[in-house]
Amino acid sequence: MKAARAVLAAALALALQTTLARVVVRGTDVVDFVLVVVVYAALTGGPITGLLTGTFAGLVQDTLSTGVVGIGGLAKTIVGFLAGVVGTQFIVAQPVPRFVVFFVATIVHAVVFYGLYILLDLRQFKPAYAAVAGQALGNAVVGVVAFQLVELLPGAVERRRAARTRIRR
Amino acid sequence: MALLDTRQRAGYVFLFVILGHVILISAQVNAKSGVPVLEAAAFGVFAEVQRGTASILGGIRHAWSGYVGLRQVRAENEVLRRQLAEAEIALQEQTALADRTRGLERLLELRDRSNLLTAAAEIIAAGATPDFRTVTIDKGTREGLRPDMAVIAPSGVVGRVVVPSASAAKVQLLIDRNAAVGALIERSRAQAVVVGAGDEWLRMEYVSEVADVAQGDVVVTSGIDGIYPKGFIIGRVETVEKSGGAYKRILVKPAVDFSSLEEVLVVLTPTPARKAAEEHSQ
Repeated sequence: MKAARAVLAAALALALQTTLARVVVRGTDVVDFVLVVVVYAALTGGPITGLLTGTFAGLVQDTLSTGVVGIGGLAKTIVGFLAGVVGTQFIVAQPVPRFVVFFVATIVHAVVFYGLYILLDLRQFKPAYAAVAGQALGNAVVGVVAFQLVELLPGAVERRRAARTRIRR
Repeated sequence: MALLDTRQRAGYVFLFVILGHVILISAQVNAKSGVPVLEAAAFGVFAEVQRGTASILGGIRHAWSGYVGLRQVRAENEVLRRQLAEAEIALQEQTALADRTRGLERLLELRDRSNLLTAAAEIIAAGATPDFRTVTIDKGTREGLRPDMAVIAPSGVVGRVVVPSASAAKVQLLIDRNAAVGALIERSRAQAVVVGAGDEWLRMEYVSEVADVAQGDVVVTSGIDGIYPKGFIIGRVETVEKSGGAYKRILVKPAVDFSSLEEVLVVLTPTPARKAAEEHSQ
């Protein structure tokens, strides 16, 4: 069930990513919404949920791109699995640890993704440390915010309902 | 336990998914050689399997051929060993034949040189007892041998015929303790009698103290005994000692090596003394 919801979230993230890419071409490099969803799913659902979400999201992302199908999937699978392991082994309930996990997950994803391309001699990549760091930062911020929003959203609804009830009385 | 199962299951799923991704990537990516990575990897793995199989088969074939070859080599080795043994025997026969030929040539030279009627004989047996130094030769009365005929060799005097049979004869060697031969010193012409000592040496007796005899002098037959022709070598003076009496004590080394004697000549021509004795008896 968790995996299904995670897959659904990944699909939404893909739609968001592709939508925003059409509007803000440069801005899409700052945040990888699909990767954020994968890490989020891994932290909340565990390793299997994380790797399945990463596999699905990565493969779809690969098929929609011009790259080799599987490299992005492999990178996101690894990240999802590791993030799931971290989420089960450590307490990642505060914003800072979550920020670190998202940040490091983005770095690992970049290393695997670009590393595979370089290893297979498919493309020549210039050192993109700044871009990767920026994306890691953006992903971490979006991820932490997403966590906060999801955690605050049910309480906010309840509080809003309770406030409406008091006003009517 | 449940946590462990969950971890294990996650690990298996992770590995399975990773393997699937690798296969998927490999199917699309070409290697530097232009061949897809999956094909190259599969070919590489299969090539290693082929290499291993070929290596095993090659090893088996090599071992089998080596085994078969070893068997052939063993059989060939046995044949070669047999041939080598036969060749060694043949070589020994040829060597012996050559030695015998050379010996016979020396005997022929001796016969031509001595102008004596001789009969070549081969030593077929040694003495029955070490107390008497005798040999048996393969010629007897059929070839004209008679008692007291001289037996000589290219190197010197051997002895005399003592007991002839129809086809063989017993020869008393010069070194026998009962043997004696009239002798003289070739250089000084001093006369004496050489007798056997029963060992490897000869004694020269009845040599006057004033006689000129020195170490190394050649001792030859004098011919006065009626058995041995004159002028045949007996040996060389080894030592000369004063005995304190009328005669010198002289040791002679035989010219003939009796231990390696194989062929001899029997002198059929009677010496003048013998001829005179026979004429006197008739």
